Formats: sequence, C-alpha cells, structure tokens
Amino acid sequence: MDRPLTYLDYNATAPLRPGVRTAVTEAMAQFGNPSSVHRAGRAARAIVEDARETLARAVGGATGQVVFTSGGTEANALALRGLAKAMGARTVLAASIEHTSVLAHVGATSTVRSNHNGIIGLSDLAKILDESPKPALIALMAANNETGVIQPVAEVVAMARQYGARVHCDAVQALGKVPFDIKALGVDSASFSAHKLGGLKGCGALVLAPGLEIAADVPGGGQERRRRAGTENTVGIAAFGAALRDLPELLADAHRIAALRDDLERQIAELHPGVRVYGAGAPRLPNTSCLGLAGLTSETQLIGLDLAGIAVSAGAACSSGKVAASHVLLAMGINPAEANCAIRVSLGWDTTADDIARFVKAWRALADRQRPAGALAAKASA
Amino acid sequence: MTARNSLGIAKAPAETRVVVAMSGGVDSSVTAALLAEQGYDVVGLTMQLYDHAAATSKSKACCAGQDIYDARRVADRLGIAHYVLDYEGTFQRDVIDRFADSYMNGETPVPCVMCNQTVKFRDLLKAAQDLGADALATGHYIRRADGADGPELRRAADADRDQSYFLFATTRPQLDLLRFPLGDLTKPETRALAQRFALAVADKPDSQDICFVPNGNYAEVIAKLRPAAVAPGDIVHIDGRVLGQHNGIINFTVGQRRGLGIGGEAEPIYVVRIMPDTAQVIVGPKEALLQQAFTVQNLNWLGAGEGPSEGLPVTVKLRNTQPPIAAQVFAHDAPGKLRVVLASPEGAVTPGQACVMYDGDRVLGGGWIERPSHQQPLNLRRAMAATV
Repeated sequence: MDRPLTYLDYNATAPLRPGVRTAVTEAMAQFGNPSSVHRAGRAARAIVEDARETLARAVGGATGQVVFTSGGTEANALALRGLAKAMGARTVLAASIEHTSVLAHVGATSTVRSNHNGIIGLSDLAKILDESPKPALIALMAANNETGVIQPVAEVVAMARQYGARVHCDAVQALGKVPFDIKALGVDSASFSAHKLGGLKGCGALVLAPGLEIAADVPGGGQERRRRAGTENTVGIAAFGAALRDLPELLADAHRIAALRDDLERQIAELHPGVRVYGAGAPRLPNTSCLGLAGLTSETQLIGLDLAGIAVSAGAACSSGKVAASHVLLAMGINPAEANCAIRVSLGWDTTADDIARFVKAWRALADRQRPAGALAAKASA
Repeated sequence: MTARNSLGIAKAPAETRVVVAMSGGVDSSVTAALLAEQGYDVVGLTMQLYDHAAATSKSKACCAGQDIYDARRVADRLGIAHYVLDYEGTFQRDVIDRFADSYMNGETPVPCVMCNQTVKFRDLLKAAQDLGADALATGHYIRRADGADGPELRRAADADRDQSYFLFATTRPQLDLLRFPLGDLTKPETRALAQRFALAVADKPDSQDICFVPNGNYAEVIAKLRPAAVAPGDIVHIDGRVLGQHNGIINFTVGQRRGLGIGGEAEPIYVVRIMPDTAQVIVGPKEALLQQAFTVQNLNWLGAGEGPSEGLPVTVKLRNTQPPIAAQVFAHDAPGKLRVVLASPEGAVTPGQACVMYDGDRVLGGGWIERPSHQQPLNLRRAMAATV
C-alpha cells in the first residue's frame, strides 16, 4: 500500500494546487463570520468577495450573480429547482449523458438522446422542445465527466432561444481544462466545483447570467443575496479563488496533457486491436480518456491497477463501492457487456510521462493475465 | 529452494498475494487480520450479492449494507486493500433462482452450498486469480491438508462450528487455491483474536439462517419470486384420506410437524413427502418418515481414487445440525449418482439437502439427496415399508 501513486483520476478530484495550500492556511487564520460587522467579519468577508470576483472574471460572469454552494451537485440542484421555479419552467430537459446530480431532477420522457459519440442529439432535443409544455429549462453539460466529450452548448442555446427556453450548463468538468465563458456561450446559468481544479471539496458555485433571478432552495439567513442561506465556507471559497488564479497556467498546460493522453491511447491501442476509445470521434477535453477492452471488466482493471499503485475510475461509483456500468456509455448505445469493460483515465497538472509509462505497463500486465501468456506481446511486436 | 510459508506456498509471505473473502463478519475479519499480521500481501474482497434495500422489509435496518461497511472498516484498520465486487446478477441466477426452483420441485435446498459452489469458489476464485493471488482464504471453520491424493478436507477442530457440510462440493482444483486459517480455532478463540486485533466487529453477532431471507420467512421470498408457487393443494394422509388444504407446497419441508393446521389425528403427523406435480403434501405418522436407502446426485468425490469402492463404509450427515451416522455407499447406474444405505432407518432424509460423507474427520465428498422420481402409490404406508 506504500507504493508511489500514479494518480490518473483528475475528473474525480484533482490534487491540491500548491497555491491553494497557502491560501487555505491564511484563510483559516481569518475565523470571522463574513456576515459579522466587526473587523474579524470584514476580513472573512474580503476573502469571500475576492474569490467571487476571481470566479466571475474567470468564467465571464457578473460578480453579483455568483452564488457559492457546497459543490457542483448543490449548484445543479439550485439551478434546476431554483431557476426553474423563478422562470416558471413547465419542463426540465436534460441530455441522457448528464451527471446524476442533473438527471435526478429530470423525468425519463424529458431525457434527450445522445449520438454514438456521446453528443446530445439536436433533432431529438428539437422534437422534445416542440412537444413539451413551455417554457422549458434545458440542462446540458459543457463536457462529459466520463468521456470528456464537449457538448455543442452554443448551438443548444441558439435552439433554446427559438423556443423561449433557458439553458443551464454543468461546467464542473470543463472549468480548468478548456476555456469556458458564460457570456460567450450565452447560457443562463452554469455550475462549478472547486475540487476538480485543485481546490477543496465542499465548495462550488452557481453563476447566473446578468439579470436572472432564482428562488432559494435553502431558506434561512440572507447570505448570497438571499439565494442560498448559511454561513459561507470561507476556507473552501478561499481555496476556490486560489485555484482559479492558476487558471491561465492550467489552460496553458492543456497541450502537454493532451499529448500525454494521446500517447497513452496510442500505446494501449497497440497492445490489443480490440481496445476501444469512447467518444474519440468527437471533440474532447484534453485530459480524459474513456477506454476499454471487451472481456476485461472495469472491476478487474480498477482493482488490478490500484494494486499496482495506479488510480483510475469507471462508471458510477456506488456508495457500496461496487462498479456499475456507466449510464453515459449505455446512452451512447454501447452494449452493457462492453460498457462493463470501460475505464476512465483522466490526467492533470501533475501528470508526467512516467505516469503514462507506469499505466501502460500495469494495464498490459492485466490484459496479459486474461489471455494466454505472450499473446499480447506477439501482437505488439508484430 | 524457498521454504514453504504458513499457507504451504513456497514463497516469502510478503511475496504471496492472498485474497481474503471478507463478509464483514468476525470470522473473515480475523482471517484477514491473521494473514496481514504474518506479513502476507492481503487483498480483501467483499461480494455484493443482492439489493439489501429490496431484500429487507422497509422497517429493518440495511444489514448487509452494514456488512460491506464493516468489511471496509476492518480493511482500513488492517491497512490492506479492499474492494467490493458486484455479484448480484450471478447470485440471483445461481443461488436465489435455484433456491426457489428447488422448493417448487418439492425439495428443501441448501443455498449456502449453492453459493459456495458458484459465486464464491467459481467467480470469486476466478477474480482472485485475475488479481494474481496465490491463494483465496475464507473464514470457514474447516481444515485443509495436503495428502497423498492432493488437498484433503477435514472437519474443523471445533465440532460445534464445523462447516464441512456446506463445503462438501468444493472441488480439488478449487482446494488447490483455497485456505481456511480458522480451521484449528474455536469460535471463542476467534473472538479473542478479534479483540486482540481491536477489530470493531469483535462482538458482532453471528449471521443467522439464509442471508437473503433476513427474517427467516423463506416462503415469502419464494412467493415474491414465483407467484405460481403459492397454488393451494390437498394435504393427504398416507392412508389416502384428504385431511385438508394447504396454501402452497413451498411452505412445507419433509419432516415438518408444526404448521399443518390438522387436528383430530390420534398420533402426531409429519410431512413425509411433497408431490410438486399434483401439489399434494403427504403426511403420516413419525414412522412413515423412516427411510434407510436413497440416491444422491451431482456427487463430488474428495476421497481416494475416482469414487468410493463398492459398499464402502462411511459416516454421513443428512443435515448440518445432525451428528454423522453410519452408512454404506454403492454404485448407481447413472453417472454422478450413488446409492446410500444407512445402518438404521432415519427420519430426516429430505430431498434437496446434502448428504455429506466422512471417514472419521476427513470429508470424502457428498451429493444432493434426490427426490424419488416414481409416483408413490397411495396407500403409501405399505409401499414405503417395502422399499426399506
């Protein structure tokens, strides 16, 4: 258990950025309640407002429209309930490849099919918009957490305008990996999570387009402009702000990370002709690879790689820890047996070429164990 | 040449990967702790077997969910890797469905053996091998020894805890990889070890009955799975009299006395036979239960040679809680079957139960007690006396 860890699960959570540690330590010294009038309160308030401005700038939003939450799940809930309520939405629609924290708010008949690459089906969306009570609120993620496939958000916004619908964008996976701008895309709201880009868990935000209002989901004190009651998580918010200050650096690293990811996929594909990379035919996040080999179950890969000191993930992690087939892959029309054999490898700012080499070596050992010895080696050298 | 380690494997413990099947109970937790203490490369695996929320009634706590949590906490405490494997599909097919089918076939099944045969020693063993394990250890109370014919099974040192009845179907290739570190311990010794290792499960009660029948009401579970199984039928005395109606054969087991709802008979009456084709439950006095010879099927042989010699004297257990009784075994025309003749008639020969054979402490194997296929004529009393 003491082996060096090759961490390739950035889409689950990213290691803390160095600057975040410093910011957290400093914020912990400011113990005041941001709502307090006294000096201690003001110092805490300043931390929160600094981060709010940083986030607004980073995502093309207005400072007054940033609502800090406990994370991406709560931000999605706040949009799909609070925004839906405020705008009087009579239908909430979502793509079938959305995160469960979005799908939990959407009925089966309001789920929009995706194509084989995991991109939302625009004709299906138009059909459902035609048939559904208006106005509608559409949820569409910026990029998928499992495949990394980038969604046509601007096109969906344009379509939504024709139907008088609004668009909420789950940008939890996109932030820090590809440029994301609320104003440029024209979305009505977007959700973010701090720990996906090196902040702390337990902090996220919903950012609303200028002029939009929502109904609070958690009543109580007047924090966050009466949109979300509860004393602010100053330490988490400070960490979020610090992680966001590294955003240019993170985005500049995208080319290096994409090259590592592509190299990993090329090497794995060379080991066996049956290896499939899901969503490879679509634009993807630079860091994400969803790959699999029929017959080599996700469970076996996850456990075998973990025992070799390599962290990846697969499908949806149940609370029990069992590995279930990914609803995203099933929505892409992948058969369940094959979907049960896929894993998600996600790279990040601290990933090196050595990590990729260790992954390929360990994965090869697993694949070899499943087959007659040397079968893979013979293929590879042929 | 490296000396053999405590598991009989010619490797240093640190180089030996042992997968421990961890249920979250005290036995498998201590198994993992003992092996970790000896420096083995221990990996804990816990099987998710069924949807706990659906299996338990709404009012009950989510017990087996708790078991997975307990297993994980023990693994954390021991500093070993731990994973949960999803076997819900195969458990449903190979254990729960077969359990229901067996009842509908007029038998009284032993699902724990079915589970060991399939989910545990076929699938979990394969998973362990896929992870490069040299051995799969479980917390069963049974002993394994390397003998002249390969690995042998022996009854546990603690006769009260012996689980050999549930493990008779383990095959030799499976035994090559299996290890049972608790076979020489008593349950109090295991609990004392759990205390010494400071495991939170040290005082956890033993699991009861069948894991997927949490409240013991197996008929309710079967009725949910096979609604047709609750078809009513006649309760017929072996002398041919129809004594009443029953609400489905699944509610009855051969040898059962209570719950028949029949009064007014001079002597106590028992279920002596279940007839699935006619949905009849045949009852009679205690002596009508007595049987001296029967057939077992799907034999697993762990003794010397390919099978028993003709007329081999053995002792047999016809249910887990019964002490072994003397018997002889004879060849049967059909492959995989044996004829068992008891030294004296017994009243507990229940189709679907296992007949496990022993030579002293050594487990020779066993098979499943077959339901007599021929239609018993009524009057049965004379006919049954004749077959003995």
